Amino acid sequence: MAKSVAPGRPNQFLRNLNSKIACIPMMLTALVIFLGGTVWTVIYSFTNSKLLPRATFVGFDQYERLWAASRWIISIQNLAIYGVLCLIFSLLIGFVLAALMDQKIRFENTFRTIFLYPFALSFIVTGLVWQWVLNPEYGVQGVVRSLGWESFTFDPLYTPEIVIYGILIAGLWQGTGLVMCLMLAGLRGIDEDIWKAARVDGIPMWKTYIFIVIPMMRPVFITTLVLIASGIVKLYDLVVAQTSGGPGNASEVPAKYVYDYMFQAQNLGQGFAASTMMLLTVAIIVVPWAYLEFGGRKRV
Amino acid sequence: MRIRAFTAFLAVSVAMPFAAHATDLEVTHWWTSGGEAAAVAELAKAFDATGNHWVDGAIAGSGGTARPIMISRITGGDPMGATQFNHGRQAEELVQSGLMRDLTDVAEKGKWKDVIKPQSLLASCTINGKIYCAPVNIHSWQWLWLSNEAFKKAGVEVPKNWNEFVAAGPALKKAGIQPLALGGQPWQANGLFDALVISVGGTDLYNKVYKDKDAKVAAGPDMAKIFEAADQARQLAKGSNVQDWNQATNLVLTGKAGGQIMGDWAQGEFQIANKKAGTDYTCLPGLGLNQTLTTGGDAFYFPLLKDAEKSKAQEVLAATIVDPKTQVAFNLKKGSVPIRGDVDLATANDCMKKGIAIIAKGGVATSTDQLISADTQKQKEDLMSEFFNTSISVKDAQKRFVSLIEAAD
Repeated sequence: MAKSVAPGRPNQFLRNLNSKIACIPMMLTALVIFLGGTVWTVIYSFTNSKLLPRATFVGFDQYERLWAASRWIISIQNLAIYGVLCLIFSLLIGFVLAALMDQKIRFENTFRTIFLYPFALSFIVTGLVWQWVLNPEYGVQGVVRSLGWESFTFDPLYTPEIVIYGILIAGLWQGTGLVMCLMLAGLRGIDEDIWKAARVDGIPMWKTYIFIVIPMMRPVFITTLVLIASGIVKLYDLVVAQTSGGPGNASEVPAKYVYDYMFQAQNLGQGFAASTMMLLTVAIIVVPWAYLEFGGRKRV
Repeated sequence: MRIRAFTAFLAVSVAMPFAAHATDLEVTHWWTSGGEAAAVAELAKAFDATGNHWVDGAIAGSGGTARPIMISRITGGDPMGATQFNHGRQAEELVQSGLMRDLTDVAEKGKWKDVIKPQSLLASCTINGKIYCAPVNIHSWQWLWLSNEAFKKAGVEVPKNWNEFVAAGPALKKAGIQPLALGGQPWQANGLFDALVISVGGTDLYNKVYKDKDAKVAAGPDMAKIFEAADQARQLAKGSNVQDWNQATNLVLTGKAGGQIMGDWAQGEFQIANKKAGTDYTCLPGLGLNQTLTTGGDAFYFPLLKDAEKSKAQEVLAATIVDPKTQVAFNLKKGSVPIRGDVDLATANDCMKKGIAIIAKGGVATSTDQLISADTQKQKEDLMSEFFNTSISVKDAQKRFVSLIEAAD
């Protein structure tokens, strides 16, 4: 330490002291609550804690039980399906909506409000709304049948094989509005001159979007990606409101497994093991990406 | 002027809580269906009559939703005055870590040891020789509720037991009636299965599997038969798209479904709809087979409080709950059996009388909530809700059941 304080140079530690002091509460929160809580959870996932945490270590028992539980496997599969499709469709739909909105249409404000409105609703409300919409007796199926198409069947929430798509529909309805707004902001950030130049060169519009505009919108895409991805991992309330995991275990998700085992089964150890696995999954995806995204830039 | 009015309003709103002399005691529970709410109102009335005030803390969404909220309030340092739990092991660890209040004094004063029947109820309240809960009622799971109207429409006689019910299934289906109503929540499938174990398989099998946790018996042919029966139930229950138990009961009530296996709390729903046992609906305790009922139920636990006045009110509430008058008023509305043998239930209807007679005759077994931990119960719920909603084979299900019993505690 003494070496770094070379005579004549300002002390690195004292530089911007005010802002550093201002940061202390946030740093403490991050260290104690986020990091500390995480480490504590990981450590206690190796114990046989029941209703209350207790430090009797049992090795990997909780993890063995976790991966032997069919409900956990179903949860992981559901999250994978939901995650991949949600990512693709919300980016796709969001971008297309934004691109259409960017064509200097009339009533843009009205449309923007309409599309963004679902985002103002919580997942619980969204889930309940879509539970009714997809209810076979009162929802879409009931309406179509009452119009005369008697054999029409559309009841994803009561069919174990496709229930996760019923949840996906609700998730997309809620989330694409925000993606659209972010994309629209990104599109507005593109200089008019670039469009003019492309038009002079005779490049068709779709090509301009794909090869010029989208690469220029990279920061916007990354922000959106992070927002969507974090929404996917914490998927819980939507499922609880729409199906509460049913029919059977068909729409279970990892976060719900964690909650159910921690609080309903009074088995903290099992819940901690499951949440540690969730953390690990996120880390496996995020760490290499963060390294490429932020670590690589320094060397350029 | 406006500011002054606002200040006055604020002052009043602050002073209000102190104006009431009676001690407020918040009581949390998950009794929210029609029959249950009517029963809770009786409890509240009896408690208010003692000069205290019952602050109702009903949590909707059945025990699975309510218990975590209650537990986190107790462990998080914001305890309520009293809270419902199912008898048995749900509050075990809370008691062990000293968060709950010892009621031994109240119990001795009220001679609980002499009046509470069966004694196993008090035994589940007792940890290390001290009594920690006041039992409210006895509930048993092994009831088959049948809609007489539905069977009339299907042109078959009302079944007298589970086997006849299964045989009548195709006729019901033909008449466009859902044979078996089953709500989608996991605990319902789980309870149905346990009812089959004791009613179809017998008390012996039940005790060996759940009390002794004998994995060999769980893997044996007797248990295989139960899984076959559960498979039949699963076929009959296909298509009942409801979630809550009382919605499923409502299907039976309205004749849209033939029957439902549900605990005796379903009785309260029939009661409130003014249906008559025998003419409108039929109840078969022990599914009409093995005349044994499990005596689980609800009990009130009292968190340790610092406030002396509230602690006193807790004692009053505990005594009120066990009081004979409250017992009759509450249980008639709830459709459950009182926890004491010395009360007069002349006004009880036929179904309740059947249940009381079976218990008086000694046809009792300990409920699964008392025998196995919440953890094992949850794993069983996972397995059963998967079994009843997908097409996993009977063999696979039994294999998973065996490994679950092996690891059970």
